[in-house]
Amino acid sequence: MTLPGELKKISETVWELPTSYKDGMRVPARIFMTRSLLSEIDEGVLDQISNVAILPGIVGSACCMPDGHWGYGFPIGGVAAMDAEKGVISPGGIGFDINCGMRLVRTDLTEEEVRPRLHELVDRLFKRVPSGVGGSGFVKISRDEFRTLVEEGSRWCIRNGYGWQEDLERTEEKGCMAGARASSISDRAVERGFRQIGTLGSGNHYLEIQVARPEFIFDKKTAAALGIDRPNQVVVMFHCGSRGFGHQVATDYLQSFLKVMEKKYGIKMADRELACAPFSSPEGQNYFAAMQCAVNMAFANRQVILHRIREVFSEVFGKDPVELGMHQVYDISHNTAKLETHELKGRSLKLLVHRKGATRAFGPNMPDIPAEYAGLGQPVIIGGSMETGSYLLTGLATGGQTFYSTAHGSGRAMSRRKAKKMFRGRELRDDMERRGIYVRSSSFSGLAEEAGAAYKDVDHVIEAAEQAGISRKVVRFLPIGNIKG
Amino acid sequence: MPYTYLDDIAIADAAFEARGRDLPSLFAAAAEATMKLMVDPPGLIENGVERRLSLADEELDMLLFQFLQELIYYKDAEDLLLLASDVEISEKNGQYHLEASAWGERRDPERHKLNVDVKAVTLHRFKVEKIDEGWRATVVLDI
Repeated sequence: MTLPGELKKISETVWELPTSYKDGMRVPARIFMTRSLLSEIDEGVLDQISNVAILPGIVGSACCMPDGHWGYGFPIGGVAAMDAEKGVISPGGIGFDINCGMRLVRTDLTEEEVRPRLHELVDRLFKRVPSGVGGSGFVKISRDEFRTLVEEGSRWCIRNGYGWQEDLERTEEKGCMAGARASSISDRAVERGFRQIGTLGSGNHYLEIQVARPEFIFDKKTAAALGIDRPNQVVVMFHCGSRGFGHQVATDYLQSFLKVMEKKYGIKMADRELACAPFSSPEGQNYFAAMQCAVNMAFANRQVILHRIREVFSEVFGKDPVELGMHQVYDISHNTAKLETHELKGRSLKLLVHRKGATRAFGPNMPDIPAEYAGLGQPVIIGGSMETGSYLLTGLATGGQTFYSTAHGSGRAMSRRKAKKMFRGRELRDDMERRGIYVRSSSFSGLAEEAGAAYKDVDHVIEAAEQAGISRKVVRFLPIGNIKG
Repeated sequence: MPYTYLDDIAIADAAFEARGRDLPSLFAAAAEATMKLMVDPPGLIENGVERRLSLADEELDMLLFQFLQELIYYKDAEDLLLLASDVEISEKNGQYHLEASAWGERRDPERHKLNVDVKAVTLHRFKVEKIDEGWRATVVLDI
């Protein structure tokens, strides 16, 4: 697309739309991309990120990450920090899939040990971790118990035998956001979600067996501190969220915010998907409490999936998961709003940071990083496309420019329909198998939509993030087995 | 059915334009366009279970939002794949009312060719408008 003349180059990786670009912009919009990524940007992104800059109470700048692409309301890859006292909260700045996120698990196994059992592993995982449209998981609980689960998150899982105590330490928020209140969620949200714990979902959600080749370990010391410590080590990475429960929470509050936004609070937004309410209002606080329930549900969902993965590896290799060294490396969200303290122009501010399709990447020794990783910076898990590769990164001290946020994936470059016209699911599966990646999917057309060529080059995205000083790369993983949701 | 998927908006998600000579046919077309993303062809859905839908909203477009959202709700809450028929829409005292029969059956991965899960109806570019030939709706669904 033709870039607007107002877009100003700040550095090789930072571009700015000034407040004069669009009526009502309270702060500039900044795009963190190389010129090459910027040249491929969707026309919707600049429009959407400048709309975000209109939201009441936004401070600093509305930021678009290197993998930014056209979403609804916010672009995917959008970050906005609101003053906690004067600003708003917007469900469209978090996304319907609240706490969609990534989890990474290490093993002591090497590619040479796993290859001969790869089909068996993937086939068993495919059976045990349900994926695709709707569906229900193996954890059978009552609606009342589900209400407890959404207040406790991963802690509920550990209490019920689905995981290890150390998993909590290595999960963002220790697997539970404390402000969750089940009284803020609707019966419909419970009804949509209480059977879905332990399910992957579909679209770009996946569970992947990956390998860390020595040539793709960029920082040996940090990698080892994160548990990536041997040549051709096998890891498991997966991507999913709060399923129908989170989708309903977001839908419920989007509708309720629309009713009060203008009438009660006098806020006008051109795009209704940016419906919002003052953070300090009863509506804003209720949504924040409900959103935290959905965050916790997603942590619990990924926790029981981890439990399933450990069970399957244990069955296939005839060893206890402890003996197999199946420690969780980290779990991190990329669709949330969090209360954080940031320095801005020499002042310390309490901010509500919205990250939609963006990952928090706190620098070394900042709060809320597991004690054992404190000096490394926050680990960041980036899912690439199923054909190309994924990354483990860490946050940097220079990340303040994006409120310590970075990319979340490679970013879509082609629509789902175009991808489906261009690729055939069965052919893609066969072709990937020839290249050493064994894939199972509940839908061949869904598989075609996720073809590697439908995405931006993940390496370019990660390089841009590193060049901009918002995260640094530690390991690149290559897929060998994939369950596509 | 009169609907077209749109390639070039919100590329990570799915967008469509539905048309109808009147509001009931517009709503039925939008329901099928939504379901076709999950089950293709939607003709494989058999008419075994019925759910009655009764909805109201001050805004016509938000009535469509609620209606599509109901189908997504039943997909998760009861594992039901539903299409709509006998849609009736009326307006009284500034409020739009919808009565409809949604019919279908439980999801069966052996028989239904399942595609992608629809998470939600978004309000991005969401529109219901009167055109010369009847009505048109533009919808972006979160995938």
